[in-house]
Amino acid sequence: MTDIQATDAASGAGGTAEDDAFRVIEARELCLTFETNDGPVHALSNVDLTVDRGEFVSFIGPSGCGKTTLLRVIADLEKATAGTISVNGMSPEEARRKRAYGYVFQAAALYPWRTIAGNVALPLEIMGLDKAERAERIARNLELVNLSGFERKFPWQLSGGMQQRASIARALAVEPDLLLMDEPFGALDEIVRDHLNEQLNQLWDRTNKTVIFVTHSIPEAVFLSTKIVVMSPRPGRVHDVIDCNLPRERTLDIRETPEFLEIAHRVRDGLRAGHAYDDE
Amino acid sequence: MSRSVPLTVLAGGIALLAGLAIQIISADAVWSPSYGLAAALLAGSYLLAIVWRHGAAAAFLLLATVHLAAIPLIGHIGHGEGEMGPAYWALLISGWLAAWTSVTRLTAAARAVPPSAKQAINLLIPFVFGVWLILIWEAVTRGAGVPQVLLPAPSAVWAKLIASLPILWADFVQTFMKAVIAGYVLGCGIGFGTAILVDRSPFLKRGLMPVGNMVSALPIIGVAPIMVMWFGFDWQSKAAVVVIMTFFPMLVNTLEGLSASSAMQRDLMRTYAASYSQTLLKLRLVEALPFIFNALKINSTLALIGAIVSEFFGTPIVGMGFRISTEVGRMNVDMVWAEIAVAALAGSAFYGSLVLIERTLTFWHPSNR
Amino acid sequence: MTMNDVLKSKTFAVGTVVLVLIAIWYFSAVMLNAPFQRELDERAKLSPTTGQFIEATLNQKRPVLPAPHQVAVEIWNTTVEKRITSKRSLVYHGGITLSSTMLGFVMGTVLGVTLAAAIIHVESLERSLMPWIITSQTIPILAIAPMVIVVLNAVGISGLIPKALISTYLSFFPVTVGVVKGLRSPDPMQLDLMRTYSASSFQTFWKLRWPSSIPFLFTSMKIAIAASLVGAIVGELPTGAVAGLGARLLAGSYYGQTVQIWSALLSAAFLAAMLVTIVGFADKAVRRRMGIMQ
Ligand SMILES: Nc1ncnc2c1ncn2[C@@H]1O[C@H](COP(=O)(O)OP(=O)(O)O)[C@@H](O)[C@H]1O
Ligand SMILES: [Mg+2]
Repeated sequence: MTDIQATDAASGAGGTAEDDAFRVIEARELCLTFETNDGPVHALSNVDLTVDRGEFVSFIGPSGCGKTTLLRVIADLEKATAGTISVNGMSPEEARRKRAYGYVFQAAALYPWRTIAGNVALPLEIMGLDKAERAERIARNLELVNLSGFERKFPWQLSGGMQQRASIARALAVEPDLLLMDEPFGALDEIVRDHLNEQLNQLWDRTNKTVIFVTHSIPEAVFLSTKIVVMSPRPGRVHDVIDCNLPRERTLDIRETPEFLEIAHRVRDGLRAGHAYDDE
Repeated sequence: MSRSVPLTVLAGGIALLAGLAIQIISADAVWSPSYGLAAALLAGSYLLAIVWRHGAAAAFLLLATVHLAAIPLIGHIGHGEGEMGPAYWALLISGWLAAWTSVTRLTAAARAVPPSAKQAINLLIPFVFGVWLILIWEAVTRGAGVPQVLLPAPSAVWAKLIASLPILWADFVQTFMKAVIAGYVLGCGIGFGTAILVDRSPFLKRGLMPVGNMVSALPIIGVAPIMVMWFGFDWQSKAAVVVIMTFFPMLVNTLEGLSASSAMQRDLMRTYAASYSQTLLKLRLVEALPFIFNALKINSTLALIGAIVSEFFGTPIVGMGFRISTEVGRMNVDMVWAEIAVAALAGSAFYGSLVLIERTLTFWHPSNR
Repeated sequence: MTMNDVLKSKTFAVGTVVLVLIAIWYFSAVMLNAPFQRELDERAKLSPTTGQFIEATLNQKRPVLPAPHQVAVEIWNTTVEKRITSKRSLVYHGGITLSSTMLGFVMGTVLGVTLAAAIIHVESLERSLMPWIITSQTIPILAIAPMVIVVLNAVGISGLIPKALISTYLSFFPVTVGVVKGLRSPDPMQLDLMRTYSASSFQTFWKLRWPSSIPFLFTSMKIAIAASLVGAIVGELPTGAVAGLGARLLAGSYYGQTVQIWSALLSAAFLAAMLVTIVGFADKAVRRRMGIMQ
């Protein structure tokens, strides 16, 4: 089980990599085993990962390789069975209690009984913000995801892409420095997906947030990321970490450039190698 | 489907002709102008049904003529209750078939009209059915002279109802306003509160869910004699029965509803580090609403049944159940039917208002959108 | 099984809850029967110890709340110890109630299924009848029970049939509504498939609609059989208390025989639980045969 250490050279934030103040995620030898009726499932096995401030890190790999599980461990939705992990220098639980991150699920998971504005207000109500502050953040974040004017609509009156944008606005409204996204565009069609990819890239570029993004689309990962973590299944582990030094500001055209294709090729090779492992 | 329409028309037409023929042939039959009127209107209806088959306008016109024909037919009963000849029955059958034809036509027409008109037609159809049910009930009981104790005519029940309004009102107050309301509010309230408490302990929940489900299927109404012994003859003992009957459906449904929210929704609340009460108020109780309303609706019927049936085991001399059991004993069946009409009205109004509240509170639920 | 598995099992949890309920029952029996016992003791000029006092409260002849063991003894005496034909045998009374429950249930189910099949094939029937069937579920139909019994008695029909009719009436509503829902449950794609085969509506019914409605049928049958039993018991109330569990309840309440009431009540509960369980088993067996066991 050779684990290739996640290196953190040349992060997009431009800070020195070793500086702990810039370290957002630090995981060492992380293991997570689910006890099921069919015996133990090794969802994560000896995973090492570092993520620095301002990076855009994608987890890519075939389904069942532990991408979601790793993201959930970071979010303290799941507890690792072994190894250490810190988020912003704290335990994941402390980070969660401090509302250090915003989480975007694969489905929009909006409350059907709340309007779009009401849904974005939900975390703000829980945090106990006052009304004026809430109104201001709702307006600003809906603007950010191009949903101004839809405040009073109910989720089920909106298209899938709009619902997912609303759920991103809901995560952003917490104003976290860290954004955790689990295949947020997985259920959308390619055209909407391209559009949202561009918007997400701009958002990340403007706000300088750290983003951890789960996907199983190679072009999406290469287009968005500064670092791509290639994972492989049974047991779930990190197979390779590929740097992605494209310019921060990207348009969809970049997908035709040789640099882009070169990285995409390496990711594909990594995925294939991860699978080959499986067949032995 | 399209063939069945001419069939009813054919049968109805034959019944009509047969009725007239019998009337003309038999020497001792009394002819009356209302027969002639009804027969003419029915003949017109069938003609209309044959020549103008499609569209809402045709269906409505047919509906109108059919109902016009019913008036002289019913009016004719006054000429001799229980002594109606075969022509009367032939006309009645013919009228019913014509009404059925008009309902079929309306159903077909409803497919091709805008939604708002469709809704109106969908309300009209069961209404027409109800009207004809009562018409036939009236025509048969009075036409054939069915003894009052067996089945009173709707008109007799109505007359009794109007004449006994003060008694019926007193019974309603005793049974519904006191026993049902008090028992319902207490039973549902305690069931709900217990569910909220039990929900915090997975162990209790595991143990109580099957027990509660089983108890909900038991004939709890049997505790009525015990409650009468404990709480006396007045409404308190009936309320106690209602409390027991409504408690378990509420407990079980609320518990089920509280676990209805998806794992993803609960994870979302966790990422916000939401407290137990925040998750309960903002997520789980809202998701539980459809389940809670389900219990409220089941309980509305159970509560009325509980209160009425417990009165069979002893009451002061007022109350819906008391009235039903004593009037049955005296063979005043029309009064029993009047009381049942009040109970039916109260029950469906109770249920209907719950449905309205549910619609406004759970407008977001896929079943209501 | 480890200790932990036992603690986490459903049986253990249910068992604990039942034990706690019995404990609460005993406690309530002591509390509720104490005042009368105190009165008795005072009159007899007795001063019993606490232990004796509690024992006495749990063994009164006509307690406010009989203790579980008193009910158990009464049930034992009136089932095992009595001949089945005896008028004092609970088995005899239970059997009478059971027979009208079953007759009513079978008639109600047949009627309900027939009506449901008619409703889904004739649109105007659905539009005119269905709203009334649904509305009639919201009204206290049980209130007509005494009238049905007495009126039928007046025209010379008595015994099993009137009670069974009430049960029929109570059980056919849930079956109709449930089966209509079930017969409509195949999705449009499955129905389109039948259309591509140009299947007749009869074939569509037997090959698609009917199998799809089986789970719905059994769910409604569980409700129907419970309702049927309630109907039979309530139907036994106005007959002048001759036979059946309902009659036992009524007789018990006339003579203040609390132990008799409770034993009739528990037998009725037992009967209901058994009937629902049997329908549940039938449900499982049919589903397994049809391969739709999840
Ligand atoms: N709650 C759970 N219980 C048992 N096994 C789980 C659970 N969650 C995930 N797994 C298993 O862990 C492995 C990794 O799952 P996941 O992280 O969801 O994969 P991915 O998101 O990469 O598709 C899979 O084999 C999955 O079946
Ligand atoms: Mg996943």
